[in-house]
Amino acid sequence: MVSNDYESIIGLEIHVQLKTKSKMFCSSPNNPDVAEPNVNICEVCTGQPGSMPVANEEAIKKGIMVGLALGCEIPEYSKFDRKNYFYPDLPKGYQISQYDQPVCGKGQVEIESNGEKRVIRITRAHLEEDAGKLVHQDNATLVDLNRSGVPLLETVTEPDFRSPQEAKAFLQNLRNIVRYLGVSDADMEKGHMRCDANISMRVRGEKGLPDYKVEIKNLNSFKAVEAGLAYEARRQAEALEAGERLINETRGWDDAKGVTVSQRSKEEAHDYRYFPEPDLPILRLSREYVRKIADELPELPAQKSERFMGEFGLSKGDAEVLINDKGLASYFEEVVSELMEWFEAEKLPHEDVKKFAKMANNWITGDYQAFLKEGGMEAGDSKITAENMAELIKMIDRGEISVTAGKKVLSVMFEKGGDPSNIAEDENLIQVNDKVKISEAVNVVISENPAAVKDVLGGKKQAAGFLVGKVMEKTKGTANPKLISELFNKVCKKCGHIWAMHWPFKEVPIAERGEKDWCDVEGCDCDDFQE
Amino acid sequence: MDIAFSSIKELREGLDSKKFSSVELTKEFLARVKKLDPKLKSFITVTEDQALADAKAADEAIAKGEQQILIGIPYVAKDLFCTKGIKTTAASKILENFKPVYDATVVAKMKQQKAVLLGKTNMDQFAHGSSTETSCFGPSHNPHALDRIPGGSSGGSTVAVAAGLAPFALATETGGSIRQPASLCGVSGWKPTYGRVSRYGVIAMTSSTDSIGSVARSVEDLVLTAEVMAGFDPHDSTTSKVPVKKWGENLPKKLDGLKIGVPKEYFVEGMEKDVEARVKEAIEEVRKLGAKIQSVSLPLTAYGSMVYAIVAPSEISSNLSRYDGIRFGHVTRDAKDLYEIYSKSRGEGFGDEAKRRIMTGTYALSAGYRDAYYLKAQKVRRLLVEEFEKVFSEVDLLLCPSSPNVAVKIGGAADNPLFGYIADQLNIPGALAGLPALSVPCGFGKPADGESVDLPVGLQIIGPQWGEEKVFQAGYAYQQVTEWHKIKPKGF
Repeated sequence: MVSNDYESIIGLEIHVQLKTKSKMFCSSPNNPDVAEPNVNICEVCTGQPGSMPVANEEAIKKGIMVGLALGCEIPEYSKFDRKNYFYPDLPKGYQISQYDQPVCGKGQVEIESNGEKRVIRITRAHLEEDAGKLVHQDNATLVDLNRSGVPLLETVTEPDFRSPQEAKAFLQNLRNIVRYLGVSDADMEKGHMRCDANISMRVRGEKGLPDYKVEIKNLNSFKAVEAGLAYEARRQAEALEAGERLINETRGWDDAKGVTVSQRSKEEAHDYRYFPEPDLPILRLSREYVRKIADELPELPAQKSERFMGEFGLSKGDAEVLINDKGLASYFEEVVSELMEWFEAEKLPHEDVKKFAKMANNWITGDYQAFLKEGGMEAGDSKITAENMAELIKMIDRGEISVTAGKKVLSVMFEKGGDPSNIAEDENLIQVNDKVKISEAVNVVISENPAAVKDVLGGKKQAAGFLVGKVMEKTKGTANPKLISELFNKVCKKCGHIWAMHWPFKEVPIAERGEKDWCDVEGCDCDDFQE
Repeated sequence: MDIAFSSIKELREGLDSKKFSSVELTKEFLARVKKLDPKLKSFITVTEDQALADAKAADEAIAKGEQQILIGIPYVAKDLFCTKGIKTTAASKILENFKPVYDATVVAKMKQQKAVLLGKTNMDQFAHGSSTETSCFGPSHNPHALDRIPGGSSGGSTVAVAAGLAPFALATETGGSIRQPASLCGVSGWKPTYGRVSRYGVIAMTSSTDSIGSVARSVEDLVLTAEVMAGFDPHDSTTSKVPVKKWGENLPKKLDGLKIGVPKEYFVEGMEKDVEARVKEAIEEVRKLGAKIQSVSLPLTAYGSMVYAIVAPSEISSNLSRYDGIRFGHVTRDAKDLYEIYSKSRGEGFGDEAKRRIMTGTYALSAGYRDAYYLKAQKVRRLLVEEFEKVFSEVDLLLCPSSPNVAVKIGGAADNPLFGYIADQLNIPGALAGLPALSVPCGFGKPADGESVDLPVGLQIIGPQWGEEKVFQAGYAYQQVTEWHKIKPKGF
């Protein structure tokens, strides 16, 4: 039982694998996920004697882009250092990293967690090369160096997070940023983004950092980050409460068991013997070069979210769903811009933009995203062009097809691509707005379902819904449901009868009855209906 | 014509005028290697078949009219240069059977020239030493006195050139490894400005200081090799984009107006009398060529070897980490776990000197010592650079000995602890500052051990960074009025 009120002090170290053509220090392809081992390698990334690194300008530029997005200072001079240690996946016996002059210095970003805005300070972000991969099989350990030398950007935060949720929110934010910058796929499950977290606890209200911290490794998903930190916060609070003295140590998160396990204590910590990499000259990042990169930065997720809310009137929640998927957000924008063009052409009232944006959002984050997920696809991969999606939304708004039919059309579009109006015609899904045609179907339904009709006449509203459904079935979803309901819901003010229930029994030819809303109940002379 | 001791220029003329073919040249040198190298031990690997095939290809290219300065000319390379498919051992056990998968940039340039590689030459293990005695294949022998060291670490390269086993050799320097053996073997050696020649593919010792140069019979020949070797390499970020001059087009017979400094700290107690006398005579020759000689002072000189004693092992400890028994090189047969793969493979594979340097460097870089040793040394290094910059604002070149002594007996260096220290004083400050230099033969002297034998003495010419032009000019002009570089060792 924990009686003191503890708060967690959390800092993160996040490795982001940069998406570049070649590796960090050689021209081997940056494609570590390829199945066949040791194909994307050369003398440099396998540490052959005499080979030398050459810094990848694309990686440096992408690192600076992330730094700028995180509000980091970009120093004029930056350099690489050697971090020395032995491990079979580290071919040179040292990793080229950055020690005291990283490419990105201090910065800060704003996050939102539980509706509260928080500023998180960035300590630094530096470039380094990844190690290879060890494969254990048949009592042997094999080394695959496809990953060796892949560029990584390690971002280190100050211990500014006060809850696991905040840490997770920051991570998601960072993932969105690097995706928007196009510098990484940032897929945690694939190891494109790896997170180590430092956590310690203090009694709420206390100032200063605790005299220990625990590093948690192996946090391979957003869920793991949150769960691992939550577990560790609880474990530490209980230990402190029990009067234990906690020490610096590294613990690994066991996702299956949901616990952290001690890996090594500070006493066994490495001495990496950093020193400047003599094979690489000091980098000079001219102010002009950095300014140019800053000028060319694309819109960042936070900015986009603000714009979606302001310009298109989306709710915060809707905007978040969209921006969390860069491809979906830009697809949404394309669809909206198609709709805007139509607005211009048709000279429609500008206020309606928001209505259409909302519709577009519902369709895109609803059925469309579900289809994508099912097919394991990204928005860009689908056969539904933004133009066709916009067309579909127009058709629904104009009542040319029903929402139900719209869903059917969408699924065909997703499968085969194509113009929604053609598909609607081919599939006989064009909405029937002709009351005469609908009433024919109504006639049949009424004659086939006498029991339900009796219920309706007896005042059971649910039965009316059932009958509407039957009409939809008969018309293969093409009948305008609004009109069907109208037919069923027109009630005679005098006699209280439902209009649709009665007129078929009259001898008045259907064609003559046409659109006239009179009461046909025998014995009732009223002709005034209410809905 | 004595092919074995001809200059590159003479061999070029002979090949172009069809006086002999590259195959004939190559066979002549290979025959000499077979006959003479058993007592010299200058080769680790002889690439006979490949050499003959390359020579044949060169002859065909020459017949077709291809013109390249080194086409068809045989050469050797220190066994520190990676040669694709050809053993590259660094004279170490740990790389005893190592065959690189790629060529060093300089080797690739030689291939492009269609020069003919005769083999790989002996050296101090991983270039750790100045006598070739640390080679795991045993020492090379000085052709001027077989019981004496040739110097090092590029000893095999200088012996091969001195004994007429090759017209020129690729060599490397970190702190005197070209100049000192060139001096001891009586050949000309070029240590370029750091960054002038690509280090790519040359097994690293001290990356911030390693320079790739050459050894030949004359400065004129060195210039021919330098023009091929020098220049920016996209694989080596420390190479300069400063355009390489056609040094050979501007080699003067006189040195009128050239300002020469003679640093007083480079003539020190413990230097052999004959060495001092020969070098002073050489300086006098240079004065006669029109140069103005003045005394200069480099008071930080003594700190050079201290800086080197920290910086070199620090970088070595890191550069040698890749020899871990995992991917290539010697691997122990007797390991029960990962730790033992490392400790035993490295323990068995490295020689004592490499182990000493790894331990020293690891210590110097360790937490708590790094600031006091490594960072302090780097600061002093900066001061050395500035001191040279200052002196080169007053003079064009510096003249001094390449080595304070002539060749000592094999195994004899250990008897004179001061010997290495003085030698370092002459070569290391300039190496730390990345300066270009030459060693050219300037006469003979008797050794301090009292034996009555005439051994070569070398004059050192040091220039400012990127100042190869004047260095070559001075060396060339000196060799136009002296014959020392033409004297071959007796019996060869």
